[in-house]
Amino acid sequence: MATNGKADTSSEEETETIISTAIETGESRDRGPTESPRTVVTARDLDVYYGQERALDGVDIEIPENRVTAIIGPSGCGKSTFLRCINRMNDGIDACRVDGELRFHGTDVYDQGIDPVALRRKIGMVFQKPNPFPKSIYDNVAYGLRVQGRAGEVDLDAAVERALRSAALWDEVKDQLDSSGLDLSGGQQQRLCIARAIAPDPEVILMDEPASALDPIATAKVEDLIDDLAEEYTVVIVTHNMQQAARISDRTAVFLTGGELVEFDDTAKVFENPDHDRVEDYITGKFG
Amino acid sequence: MSDASASPDLERSQGIERIRDRTYGGFFVVCALITVLTTIAIFLTLLSDSVAFFSEVSIADFLTGLHWSPNPTGGGSDFGAVPLFVGTLVVTATAAFVALPIGTLTAIYLSEYATPRARSILKPMLEVLAGIPTVVYGYFALVYVTPALKATLFPSISTFNALSASLMVGIMTIPMVSSISEDAMSAVPDELRQAGYGLGATKFEVSTGIVVPAAISGIASSYILAISRAIGETMVVVVAMGAQANLPAVRDGLAGIPYVHPGDVLLDPGMTMTVAMVQIAGGDLTGGSLPYDAMFALGLTLFAVTLVMNVVSDLVANRYREEY
Repeated sequence: MATNGKADTSSEEETETIISTAIETGESRDRGPTESPRTVVTARDLDVYYGQERALDGVDIEIPENRVTAIIGPSGCGKSTFLRCINRMNDGIDACRVDGELRFHGTDVYDQGIDPVALRRKIGMVFQKPNPFPKSIYDNVAYGLRVQGRAGEVDLDAAVERALRSAALWDEVKDQLDSSGLDLSGGQQQRLCIARAIAPDPEVILMDEPASALDPIATAKVEDLIDDLAEEYTVVIVTHNMQQAARISDRTAVFLTGGELVEFDDTAKVFENPDHDRVEDYITGKFG
Repeated sequence: MSDASASPDLERSQGIERIRDRTYGGFFVVCALITVLTTIAIFLTLLSDSVAFFSEVSIADFLTGLHWSPNPTGGGSDFGAVPLFVGTLVVTATAAFVALPIGTLTAIYLSEYATPRARSILKPMLEVLAGIPTVVYGYFALVYVTPALKATLFPSISTFNALSASLMVGIMTIPMVSSISEDAMSAVPDELRQAGYGLGATKFEVSTGIVVPAAISGIASSYILAISRAIGETMVVVVAMGAQANLPAVRDGLAGIPYVHPGDVLLDPGMTMTVAMVQIAGGDLTGGSLPYDAMFALGLTLFAVTLVMNVVSDLVANRYREEY
């Protein structure tokens, strides 16, 4: 494990060593020879305002299918805001206003005719703090299929087992599916939340700092899991932890203060040879 | 490190400060003791007069007797409390039928659907509803609700009747259900709602499938408190329900199966335990007479019922409390 400490606390040299080690040893980017994967989510000149304050400034991005895209940047740079735009989780915030274009398979997500509920059934989400429902493990995982009215169409038991296996949690909980999801440890709870997100079989999984509340061992498990998930799903992950981004992602987007997307490229390129000095400064720990 | 001369003064102060500090502590203890001692004194009074009552009327006759006719001047009294239990049960059940669903749905609206502005207007209004003196509800039932029911749905309704009194008790307890339930729902962490929305749940599914179950202990407590309140409610029923300790007629139904017609219960006057106590207390009673002691026996019964309800409420709240 290369997780010695977060970039914020490591010195510059340490950070570089850790990142290059992670890149050299990283196997996550060997995801087949497909040269140009399809684009799933496209943003064009996307602006987001909270009241008068601008949170995102003209973001252009194309998120590839079946890849892990990491979004990094200092606090308050708009990375979570961008993530929550993709499945319209910002709708609940009254002061939030979105301008520009955000397309999911070519369909404008913010079109009048789009039902955010239907959109979120295609684009699942995992949150920063593990947030299982105060229900049984089984009911947590089955929740998505049930609210989507698909509990009758699919074999629910099989779907729950498949999701828990995909989340690498099945062996730990198979004998206690009826006990409360809140009885699990923090790391298990987060994997339960991942199982819950993938059970309805979405296309895209958005993850908002999914490992930031976990200890290093639980973090390693979640990272392995994310790597596996990219076989079937498109993963977009916001992270504070640059080593993590380097380890698990294929593409990295760097947002900097002001809500600007400064650089978006292959992860190795961003970390080894970024185009922008500001990005290099950020990655090597000179600021942020 | 430092000189003896510079050592800080850490001596316990002896003078007026210390005495004053102790006096404050004693004052607070006395205040707390007043409520505790009052409760104990009430319980002992209830108990001692009830013991006097039950030495003359057996507990079985009291709990199962079908006739209630205390005679304040003494002699020829019946102390069968079943008609009072029936009256109390009818009022409580009907009030719960009104207050629990409306209160819960109001709480869901306030917690999940209302804009902050709507909530800031509606919540204080509900709390005003809780602050109206109960005698006002009683007269409202007598002067408006009963005539309205008579003019529309039930032409045969009596001037004093259980239905309008129960409806008013129900409306009176709505704020209790909605306020406590709303607090419980608002305390459900937002992360759970976010998780629900993230899985493609609608607002209705999040409210009913996630927030309500997560807040169930608080909601259940609010139900039990509201029911205790309805059991003990006095003024509304005194004013609007009349004071006749009748048992409803048992009729012969299909195939001779006996039944009680709801109209006989709800549209006619009745008497609750609280009304019976008020009626006795309103007469000219000498302490130590049997009807006087009967009042305390009823009081003890009510006390026992509400105490059990409150204990159950606490148990429910603890049993289903979730640490999110």
